[in-house]
Amino acid sequence: MREVAVVAFAQTRHSATDEGRCDPELILPPLEEVREKTGLRTFGFTCSGSCDYLAGAPFSFVSALDALGAWPPISESHVEMDAAWALYEAWVRLQHGDVDSALVYGFGKSSPGDLREIMTLQLDPYYLAPLGLDQVSSAALQASAAGADRAELDEIVRRSRAAGRANPYALDLPDPQGDAYEVEPLRPYDIAPITDGAAAVVLAAGDLARELCENPAWITGIAHRIEPHYLGMRDLARSTSAAEAARAAGVDKGHVDVAELHAQFSHEELILRRALELPGNTAVNPSGGPLAANPVMATGLIRIGEAARRILDGAASRTLGHASSGPCLQHNLVTVMEA
Amino acid sequence: MTLEARHVLEFPGGYTRTTGPVIGRFLTELRDGRVVGVRTAAGRTLVPPLEYDPDTGDAVTGDFVEVGPVGTVESWSWVHTPRRSHPLDRPFAWALIRLDGADTSLVHAVDAGDVRAMRPGLRVRPRWRAERTGHITDIESFVPEVTKIVSPVRVEYVVKPGLALTRFLKGIGEGVFVGSRCGSCHKVYVPYRLSCPECGIAVTEEVELPDTGTVTTFAINNLPDPRAPEVPFVSAYILLDGSDVPMIALVGGVPAHEVRQGMRVRAVWIPREEWTPSMENIRWFAPTGEPDVEL
Ligand SMILES: [Zn+2]
Repeated sequence: MREVAVVAFAQTRHSATDEGRCDPELILPPLEEVREKTGLRTFGFTCSGSCDYLAGAPFSFVSALDALGAWPPISESHVEMDAAWALYEAWVRLQHGDVDSALVYGFGKSSPGDLREIMTLQLDPYYLAPLGLDQVSSAALQASAAGADRAELDEIVRRSRAAGRANPYALDLPDPQGDAYEVEPLRPYDIAPITDGAAAVVLAAGDLARELCENPAWITGIAHRIEPHYLGMRDLARSTSAAEAARAAGVDKGHVDVAELHAQFSHEELILRRALELPGNTAVNPSGGPLAANPVMATGLIRIGEAARRILDGAASRTLGHASSGPCLQHNLVTVMEA
Repeated sequence: MTLEARHVLEFPGGYTRTTGPVIGRFLTELRDGRVVGVRTAAGRTLVPPLEYDPDTGDAVTGDFVEVGPVGTVESWSWVHTPRRSHPLDRPFAWALIRLDGADTSLVHAVDAGDVRAMRPGLRVRPRWRAERTGHITDIESFVPEVTKIVSPVRVEYVVKPGLALTRFLKGIGEGVFVGSRCGSCHKVYVPYRLSCPECGIAVTEEVELPDTGTVTTFAINNLPDPRAPEVPFVSAYILLDGSDVPMIALVGGVPAHEVRQGMRVRAVWIPREEWTPSMENIRWFAPTGEPDVEL
């Protein structure tokens, strides 16, 4: 296996409302930042993650390439998912051995549309989408199956939002309050906020990584696993795919200083903590996590970026970045990084 | 100035999708008002059917079996405010429903009326659309099985109080408690009665008793009663002065938790012009303020 590391990470100052930036305008600042941090203007491979349904336009990722300078033609790819999976593709591409650097970015604006309706479009078109089962309703089904304790959920939200207020890139959200339900048992504050934003990561292999930065965040394990899409075929109280991905990525082979989890609903953090068997002294989502800023399609990449940043900064020696896709934590990707 | 435009993404008429033999069979049966599952090689029954066994990825068998239509709710979420895309326009539950005979759960809506009607283990069955087309929404929603009914009962009678009670109520109509003294054991009973239950003999001596007495025991009632002023209310056994057996009456004019055994009480009468031959003449017994009595 080739040594590959995260050598740079940047993200937008995410916003809860549409600030009028189109996709290339959103991507440009974090791209410029990672170019500046690494000194690289061209990359062996470029891969992005986004979702056309967010913009309501086909091939919207193509116009986003305007931010890249794609002439003469570059080696480029795209995943119609969170950019964490674009990072996985780039990591696989670097394993081929013929290129040494990769640029990964993800972006999403969920403010222009109705995210709950839009996410219904990712469900199977025979059994679930025609029912109009929306994202929050299915998440509430999972929260109910998991039987999450209200006090524990409130504490997760309180901790995440406080961390988010201390993070200049996340949203400024108040402590949880009110006893109204969005979809019972979920309260409005159990749900990740509508967010617009983008993020970029640079991966580099071997000596190039050591040249580009002082403390590369070496990817020592990366794996993803998936479960059946149909909710009734799974035990919603558990995430077997997250557990299997964690095992395959070798999470248990050492301590974990920081874990950044892609939990878009408070109960998902409980399910993920259990599945990943995180040690008790691991700091979970010190960035605030998705409950403090959730730029859809960049959120998972940001988890890997935030986990990497602790190593780039020299603050941690072993961290975990997690990303999720599909309804009710259907698909999970776990990345372990070490100094 | 901010520029804005409305943008609608729509596929008029909708996508045409082929269903294949597995999903197609399920939807065809659904149109006929039946729910079927498909067997995996390992013998599990998948409902709704998938083309593959989620445990192994292998193709399922061609063996379809009818399941349900009754099922058991495994877990649910409750939609207080339905969205336009939702199947019902009133609050409802999304539920994972294990149909009888199935090894997996179906996701559908449950029209239960109230969140308090939902519980794990709730038995539900489909409410079918009259016009079915072979679509998951041919089941409009699931509804709870009938497990109880409410049967109102009402019969009317004409009752007379009997000779002794008539004599007693006539006394109440005049503001007097009428009792009777047994000629054999000398016990005084109130309300007035025509025989002594201890001696089994007729009683003829009338006595007039005062409207004061002592609480011997009492109960604080937290269920509403049409004869009581409010909840909680206190019903008590009151031993009228000069009698040997207590009679039951309401105690009022005092917080319920302050009522005690041995408390001295007096009847509170409604205004004299409203008196009839009825216990309604006495609103309740209220404390007199005298020292408690040792019982
Ligand atoms: Zn007698």
